[in-house]
Amino acid sequence: MEAARVLQTGETVIAMAGNPNSGKSSIFNNLTGARQHVGNYAGVTVEKKEGKLIHQGKAYKVVDLPGTYSLGAYSEDERVARDFILKEKPDVIINVVDASNIERNLYLTVQLLEMGANVVVALNMMDEAKEKAIHIDVAKISKLLGVPVVPTVATKKQGMKELVVRAIQAANEPKREALKINYGSDLEKELKKLEDIISSHSQLSQEYPSRYLAIKLLEEDQEVYQQVKAIPGTAELLEQSEESAAFLLDETGEDAESLIADRRYGFISGVSKQAVRKRISAEQRLSFSDKIDKVVTHRVLGIPIFLAAMWLVFQFTFALGDPMIGWVEGFFEILGGVVGGWLAAAGASDLITSFIVDGIIGGVGSVMVFIPNIVLLFFAIALLENSGYMARAAYVMDRFMNTLGLHGKSFIPLLVGFGCNVPGIMAARTLENKKDRIITILITPLMSCAARLPVYVLFVSAFFSQYEGLIIFSLYLLGIVMAVIMGVIFKRLLFPGEVSPFVLELPPYRIPTLKATMIHMWERAGIFVKKAGTIIFSVVVLIWALSVLPWGVEPGSKESALGQIGSFFAPLFAPAGFGSWEASTALIFGILAKEVVVGTLGVIYGVGEEGVVTAIHQLWTPLSAYAFMVMTLLYTPCAAVIGTIKRETGSWKWTVFTMVYTLVLGWVMAVLVYQVGRLFGLS
Amino acid sequence: MSAKDSVVLSDMKPGSRGKVVRISAKGPLRRRILDMGLVSGVEINVKGVAPLGDPMEILVRGYSLSLRKQEAAEIHVEVM
Repeated sequence: MEAARVLQTGETVIAMAGNPNSGKSSIFNNLTGARQHVGNYAGVTVEKKEGKLIHQGKAYKVVDLPGTYSLGAYSEDERVARDFILKEKPDVIINVVDASNIERNLYLTVQLLEMGANVVVALNMMDEAKEKAIHIDVAKISKLLGVPVVPTVATKKQGMKELVVRAIQAANEPKREALKINYGSDLEKELKKLEDIISSHSQLSQEYPSRYLAIKLLEEDQEVYQQVKAIPGTAELLEQSEESAAFLLDETGEDAESLIADRRYGFISGVSKQAVRKRISAEQRLSFSDKIDKVVTHRVLGIPIFLAAMWLVFQFTFALGDPMIGWVEGFFEILGGVVGGWLAAAGASDLITSFIVDGIIGGVGSVMVFIPNIVLLFFAIALLENSGYMARAAYVMDRFMNTLGLHGKSFIPLLVGFGCNVPGIMAARTLENKKDRIITILITPLMSCAARLPVYVLFVSAFFSQYEGLIIFSLYLLGIVMAVIMGVIFKRLLFPGEVSPFVLELPPYRIPTLKATMIHMWERAGIFVKKAGTIIFSVVVLIWALSVLPWGVEPGSKESALGQIGSFFAPLFAPAGFGSWEASTALIFGILAKEVVVGTLGVIYGVGEEGVVTAIHQLWTPLSAYAFMVMTLLYTPCAAVIGTIKRETGSWKWTVFTMVYTLVLGWVMAVLVYQVGRLFGLS
Repeated sequence: MSAKDSVVLSDMKPGSRGKVVRISAKGPLRRRILDMGLVSGVEINVKGVAPLGDPMEILVRGYSLSLRKQEAAEIHVEVM
């Protein structure tokens, strides 16, 4: 910690804050180019994006804060953003404001200014504002807010140079006075009382701007309240703040929170009246977006369009991705052959050759084989998100999702879950309410991810090659149906009577830029490769090692460590039709990464890629194969997902709960399929 | 602004307009509604309803916002 602190001094930190859909990410991309790094804020699950800006030979650290509408305490994103500003004290904040939606965007600006932050406003999407016939007097706004304002069009890289110059200039200037909004005599009197107490407390006045803290206490911000409570000698302040809040409620009939929001928006309306001219009111004109919405959210057409969009995403991902997978596989096969040849020529032992070719090259190959699907899927998702359709999808689907105990936005993590559960679960962070988040996280593992597909493909090509699409589709569908059932059960059992807000902006439709889409796509693919690279690779090597140990046994035989573990658990799965030690072994290792099921079967049957299909055809029945696929779909998610759930929920309770419920569900369904199938004479 | 003039937002029909007079929601929902600019005095315009009848879409401060009818029932509006 200490060392990190020392290194950071002297480095200028530029933070970026702004509303969702304000173009903040585009500006961040413009400023930092490819020099980006995605991490996490300590202790929480919010993603932390950092980049480097090079200006006149000097490097600056740019931190992209989560997109928020406000800086309250109800969402983790908002807490992270404001804690960063208060505790890390960035040298300057670039506040990205959507010029075409200026009033609501300035609400965040006002809060940043009230914190006494050093702000430079990027008045973005000036082109859209112009199109909407909104004229903005930039100099006037700058004067009224007391901060530099730079007009920009991020997608066309307009205004970037000036923004950088102004931001760096501001960073080197002394901190300016915090903005003081006049909250009216009643509120001001109470604020004054609180400010006086704060100023007389040395620790408080050092850690917080006094007016900001007074406002937060009057707003009854629970997080700030707890932080202040933890500091000794603050009892008087807290007592006064409660007294003031009660007095205001009595006096005005409104709680302080509403009064403060009213006044902030009042201040903004004042700014807007002086500096913004709308030639036609928003109500009078039917914008381009409205025209699209008339169709996309149409009573009759809305849902078919939604389903068609999802079908397209699916086709794009798989129809286009599968041939590419073939190329990747081919590449690693050739590589393995070539390297194997060299090793043999160099006189390497069988053990070394097998370790390098089967363990290492095979391991890397089994990671890379998923890249095409994942890249394509995230390309499609980025298009949906950046175009604005994703919000409409949530809008169109919310009624349906709500009956399942979910939020319209839960749809996004679940969809992403089809590519890989890990980013799907990560996408659940867009849900502010804990109930929505937890339920979404709990059922996302039931979405049949891309890593499960090779298992289906293997068994389907052994038994159902004529009905390939139908069988695989039935598994995806089963996952969805199970998710629906479990969602309803969890809602009733785990969170009875709780509701959560669905107050969602429907941003104007925009043409997504290729750059933003590509960056998003590679970022997500990178996260998969990183997790896959470490976990899948080590699992393949581990399996290889367990299959040859104890030293001297026939590799992958029943006598190997691998075989012994499998034999021990095999009887458990007999009622599901796959009570062989091979099947159990594969399932156990599948917990470490689901596609490893295929690799494990290949290793223990002691045959190559081609041979597995034949071996399965001889040793399994179609019914046991289907039961096994059902098990693979539903049972305990892979290690990477488990790790992500732990990280996202911050709780072992939910993590273990997910591991156990999915295992029980998978077993029950597999047994059900096998036993019912037998009743119908299908074995 | 007597009670008889105000209706809840969820009862308003697409195409109708009004002025927010009071938010009766509590806790996180209240905060969220206020943050999005739905404070008393602001003008709103009902744009439409989702295909399944819920949520609804309104125009406020020049942008589109969707909320569930259940939530809109906590927003009291004076119809214009």
